[in-house]
Amino acid sequence: MSRLAYGMIVVVGVVAVALGAYGVLGGTGALRVTWLVPLGGLDLALDPLGGLFLALIGFAAAPVSVYAMGYPDNGRGGQFAYVVFVISMCLVPLAANVMTFVIAWELMSLASYFLVLQDRESKESIEAGWIYAVMTHAGLACLLAGMLLLGAEAGSLRFADWRSAATTLTPATRNAAFVLLALGFAGKAGVIPLHVWLPLAHPAAPSHVSALMSGVMIKLGIYGLLRASLDWLGTGPAWWGAALLIAGAVSSVIGVLYALVEHDLKRLLAFHSIENIGIILLGIGSAILYRVAGQDALAILGLVAALYHTVNHAAFKALLFLGAGSVVHATGTRNMEAMGGLIKRMPWTAICFLIGSAAIAALPPLNGFVSEWLTFLALFQNTHLVAIGQNLVFTLGIASLALTGGLAMACFVKAFGITFLALPRTDAAASAHEASRLMRLGMLALAAACVGLGLGPTVIVPALGSVAGAVLRTTPPVTGGDWLTLRVSGEFASLSTAAIGVALAASLLLPLAAFRLVGASRRTRLYETWGCGRIVQTPRMEYTATAFANPFKRVFDFFYRPTRRLDIEFHPESRLFVERIEYENPTRSIFDDWLYRPALEFLRAGARAVGTLQSGDANRYLAYILAALLLMLVLA
Amino acid sequence: MIAGVAVALVQLVIVGAGAPLLVGALRTIKARLVGRRGPSPWQPFADLRKLLAKEAVVSTTTSWVFRATPYLLVASLLVATLIVPVVTTRPPLAFAGNIILLVYLFMLGTFFLALAGLDAGSAFGGMGSSREVAVAALAEPTVIIAVFALALRAGTIDLGRVVERFGGEPWLVANPAHLLAFAAFFIVMLAETGRLPVDNPATHLELTMIHEAMVLEYSGRHLALVEWASAMKLFVFMTLLANLFVPWGLAQPSGPMPVLVGVLALAAKLAVLTTVVALLETAVAKLRLFRVPELLAGSFALAFLSLMAVFVVR
Repeated sequence: MSRLAYGMIVVVGVVAVALGAYGVLGGTGALRVTWLVPLGGLDLALDPLGGLFLALIGFAAAPVSVYAMGYPDNGRGGQFAYVVFVISMCLVPLAANVMTFVIAWELMSLASYFLVLQDRESKESIEAGWIYAVMTHAGLACLLAGMLLLGAEAGSLRFADWRSAATTLTPATRNAAFVLLALGFAGKAGVIPLHVWLPLAHPAAPSHVSALMSGVMIKLGIYGLLRASLDWLGTGPAWWGAALLIAGAVSSVIGVLYALVEHDLKRLLAFHSIENIGIILLGIGSAILYRVAGQDALAILGLVAALYHTVNHAAFKALLFLGAGSVVHATGTRNMEAMGGLIKRMPWTAICFLIGSAAIAALPPLNGFVSEWLTFLALFQNTHLVAIGQNLVFTLGIASLALTGGLAMACFVKAFGITFLALPRTDAAASAHEASRLMRLGMLALAAACVGLGLGPTVIVPALGSVAGAVLRTTPPVTGGDWLTLRVSGEFASLSTAAIGVALAASLLLPLAAFRLVGASRRTRLYETWGCGRIVQTPRMEYTATAFANPFKRVFDFFYRPTRRLDIEFHPESRLFVERIEYENPTRSIFDDWLYRPALEFLRAGARAVGTLQSGDANRYLAYILAALLLMLVLA
Repeated sequence: MIAGVAVALVQLVIVGAGAPLLVGALRTIKARLVGRRGPSPWQPFADLRKLLAKEAVVSTTTSWVFRATPYLLVASLLVATLIVPVVTTRPPLAFAGNIILLVYLFMLGTFFLALAGLDAGSAFGGMGSSREVAVAALAEPTVIIAVFALALRAGTIDLGRVVERFGGEPWLVANPAHLLAFAAFFIVMLAETGRLPVDNPATHLELTMIHEAMVLEYSGRHLALVEWASAMKLFVFMTLLANLFVPWGLAQPSGPMPVLVGVLALAAKLAVLTTVVALLETAVAKLRLFRVPELLAGSFALAFLSLMAVFVVR
């Protein structure tokens, strides 16, 4: 029965990809059912941007659902919420009026809330679900306020009418609407400091749901940001772009810094989603700034970079979450410190996870490299702008993107190395088993997508260019180069991942040929690891994830503010013998300490102050009513 | 096309054969500076031959990642060699992705080498990996930013064309952005190639090791490849520094003559640079490990300033 539900979503995914591709290629379509929903009815429309995101949802949902079909205890329930989740996500990019959009958006949030809460026994899940519900509804409130403001000013609740009315709005209205919509959408996308729900909710859900939440759902926040800032509101002032660029710079660096010290495998991946959303925002911010300056070709480049990274992140993040799901299922824990040696026990999962790790670390010639390369180029051509303040914002973006690349590489050395390499650290890890056949199929499909998206930028960039052109309502410049080489901005730069791939493959063979030529020894002896003369090698001698991340904790201690706790229990006879050591080195979140806790305390104090009004005394309540009546009479 | 293949071969031979010689020369000069006779500059070739003749010992704990890494590492550096303008301003793979590709190729090598360090399950390997990625994560962004500062002024990120632009107008080099980028790049070069004051390539003392700890488990032909790759990385970095900041002597490969001039110019530049590095290495002590990030943060800041200087002083 449950297989049927997932199988249905595979079909939905394939249909979504086909329909979305039709939209990307310029096809349009509309569907209106006025009686179904109040305030304008169900109103769906397909355009290039919506088509791209629809295709993206299907592209991730199909392999993820194949994986879910093979997940051993998929009968646990949650299929209904899963089906509602995927279908409501598909409706969001198609929605053409406020009511349809809000219903699809809220269905998506509610369905994912129930999926987060699937493990109802665990306190952690309940807390994650609670914070997720609060944050997502605070975001919804912002969205509704922004949309109703726009609807009132433009005199219509249809998005198509906003487009034509955008130029007639006052700057104050447009700025207010932008701030409200951007807050709502950025909260869904997990932009720092609105990210707090993300590292809690994503790991709590089952892994195939985490894959879709991280790979696709947060992208709908990006979709909303694009719609609001480039489509509904027309061309805004430069500060919109600068704000998004700075938010991107902050999110990318801080996201990866949190990931570095996180040893819960799924939570680590969730923090990387924040980082990648930051990278996408760098592209969007640059596109807005270039557009304001009238540099349409560069605006398209920035938008193409952002869209490419959106697609890429869906591929490798879904892949990594599925890999993590297989690992969690095989070992029964999400704690990396209890894993190790899995590459020998689950070779297919390991190779898929390795491809995903290399892709997210932007190693050439995989897909993450292509989109980060494009983002670099978009940020990099700000010499075409004259305002020096904007140049400096771009410089900040370049620096943060460069730093993010290095830190992400370091983080995935840890994520893959500690989880899959060396000796298993626990019995559970030692007796781990490979994922089922359908699970492997889902992962392999996404791994192949990572390779294909990496090698094929000459096909994908023109397609994304036409989407970007439709959003910005300009004709994209003809992309130079040939089927092998992508040319960006004339002579400025070129990229050929196909050539890199061929050169790397050829270079792999060169040492082998050279060995034969010089008659090198080809003997190999298997022996134990060298260990300074100890008798047996045990996993306790391995480097742990905590130790691996320690240099970063020390370098960035101003940010992590780590605290250290060391408990040693000595033997009663002699202090030379230790019975038990407990070591803890947790970091503290500056956002919890400096933003959310003060905000909550303020709210609580406010509530308490209001609470003194409610004494429970009926006479006093009558007095309140009398006073209110008198006041109204006086005012009237 | 044929010219491209010829240049590719020349570059591969120069970097592939020049790298061990460069390491040997550096050791010889250092030995002379402290009053020892030291080994011949050709010693690294003898070392490589010895390693190739020996059997490789592989830990039973390791997986295929450990065995594949030396080959991947060498491949990433061979491709990197073809992106850098070594003796001409038209490196054969210049079209494939420029400076960003170069830095990410270095990251590819670091990524797999660090995984291999973890693979054997010894504390040394893990320690080396952890430290190596910590250094690389801070150093590699600096390379991108420092070279970007030059590229912005040249109006292209094609490294060969950057060299061409600055070679044509020598006064352009005397610019704050250029000088800051040079300082940043020099520090990063020392860090990335494991030289003093960041790492000491001559020591095998456990607690101070970075790179050597990570590759401790390698032996035989695998170690030969890893050593060769390290030497090539040093060669590529020094060539990049020499040709970007002293952009003279390189031309388009219009015939054998310009290539020959390029080879001679490179030899002269590298001779000077090697002496400078050797002098520096005899003069400074190794930094404490946790002081290294301060140095790297300093070079990151220098590179950032040079990028800002491009806009402020344009």
